[in-house]
Amino acid sequence: MLDKIGIAKRIAKEVKDGYYVNLGIGIPTLVANFVRDDIEVEFQSENGVLGMGPFPLEGEEDADLINAGKQTITTLPGASFFDSALSFSMIRGQHVDLTILGAMEVSENGDIANWKIPGFMVKGMGGAMDLVASADNIIVAMMHTNKKGMSKLLERCSLPLTGVGCINKIVTNLAVIEITPDGFKLLERAPGISVEEIVSSTDGHLIIDGDIPEMIID
Amino acid sequence: MINKKVLNVKDALKGVKSGMTIMVGGFGLSGIPENAIEELVKLELTELICISNNAGVDDFGLGLLLKKHQIKKMISSYVGENDEFERQMLSGELEVDLIPQGTLAEKCRSAQSGIPAFYTPAGFGTEVAQGKETRSFGDKMYVLEHAFKADFSFVKAWKGDEAGNLIFKGTARNFNPNMCGAAKITVAEVEEMVPLGELDPNQIHIPGIFIQRIFQGSTFEKRIEQRTTRKK
Repeated sequence: MLDKIGIAKRIAKEVKDGYYVNLGIGIPTLVANFVRDDIEVEFQSENGVLGMGPFPLEGEEDADLINAGKQTITTLPGASFFDSALSFSMIRGQHVDLTILGAMEVSENGDIANWKIPGFMVKGMGGAMDLVASADNIIVAMMHTNKKGMSKLLERCSLPLTGVGCINKIVTNLAVIEITPDGFKLLERAPGISVEEIVSSTDGHLIIDGDIPEMIID
Repeated sequence: MINKKVLNVKDALKGVKSGMTIMVGGFGLSGIPENAIEELVKLELTELICISNNAGVDDFGLGLLLKKHQIKKMISSYVGENDEFERQMLSGELEVDLIPQGTLAEKCRSAQSGIPAFYTPAGFGTEVAQGKETRSFGDKMYVLEHAFKADFSFVKAWKGDEAGNLIFKGTARNFNPNMCGAAKITVAEVEEMVPLGELDPNQIHIPGIFIQRIFQGSTFEKRIEQRTTRKK
């Protein structure tokens, strides 16, 4: 089974040379640490920066330089700043190549829920609704089950939706799953995890076609 | 040169009344108009309708207004990290309209630009689209969203001059430029008021035409919400 770092490492393999990438809060933020250093990638943060670098050294934090998770950041040579409207022009205008975000639930038709638990937790959608409604290439990074052990991959989402029919791929601590017109399709198993374990942790139909390889994580 | 400079925050906020709709710039605690917020608290205005991406934290930013129950309704995209906000929202004391961040920005920009409404894909098929006109363009569905209407807009910039020209810094820019000229009166507070002519016209982010009042803020705490560092 993978931990959060493992999930981030596996997703980093999906990041290709020349991509502009938007990373959500949580596990997605970690992905930046594991992208191959022989390719050129620029990270966009929807609060208004392209060309984000690593976190600053202690003592070099700047209140005017944060990411969408409100964490202090640095910029790399070639970086740029812009206002919120222009930031979402990049997103809705499909200039961002890959979006990686977290989720509470994903359904087999690619719906995602990640912003609200009615009557209990309401933090808001932030930029997630704009991102999922616009991007062609969206990967969800999440644990396979919630704290109660229930599957976060469902036939239909039970929570209020963030977007409909928009997710392409899910990477969890147990598996890599693609969303196809016929539902969830198992692509890879996490190290040491059997197909049966993945099936029993997944609600909704899971297509298993032939031998399922184990993920290769560096 | 049309002079937009006012002496202090008190003069800058003349005419703001309880029940008004106000826009407040900033993302998280970055780029918030700290001086205007502090003055709104002092003025003890109530029933404010507040358009701002976030709601501050418990003891800073818009959290200061929330704590004193001065806000009737918040229009935001993300309101985590504020326990008092969540308590007031779940108990029904505070009305909250949560809208997608890009939609929030575009509703500001539209108000600034004389565009009454626009179609966006964000929120289609979700509760955000409920009761709104939807329409297909090509093979995709879109939701009709309307420009904001607001009485005052409070923004914060890095540098400005008497003509109201503004330059922002880093990611403190965020919603601030989009809110300039998006309300009947835009009030800009700056960290540094520079002599007229010192700002290079090529570098100005927002021309003074969008600003009615500008003043030098007296203090800026510029608090960091999530101090995150790496090791050497």
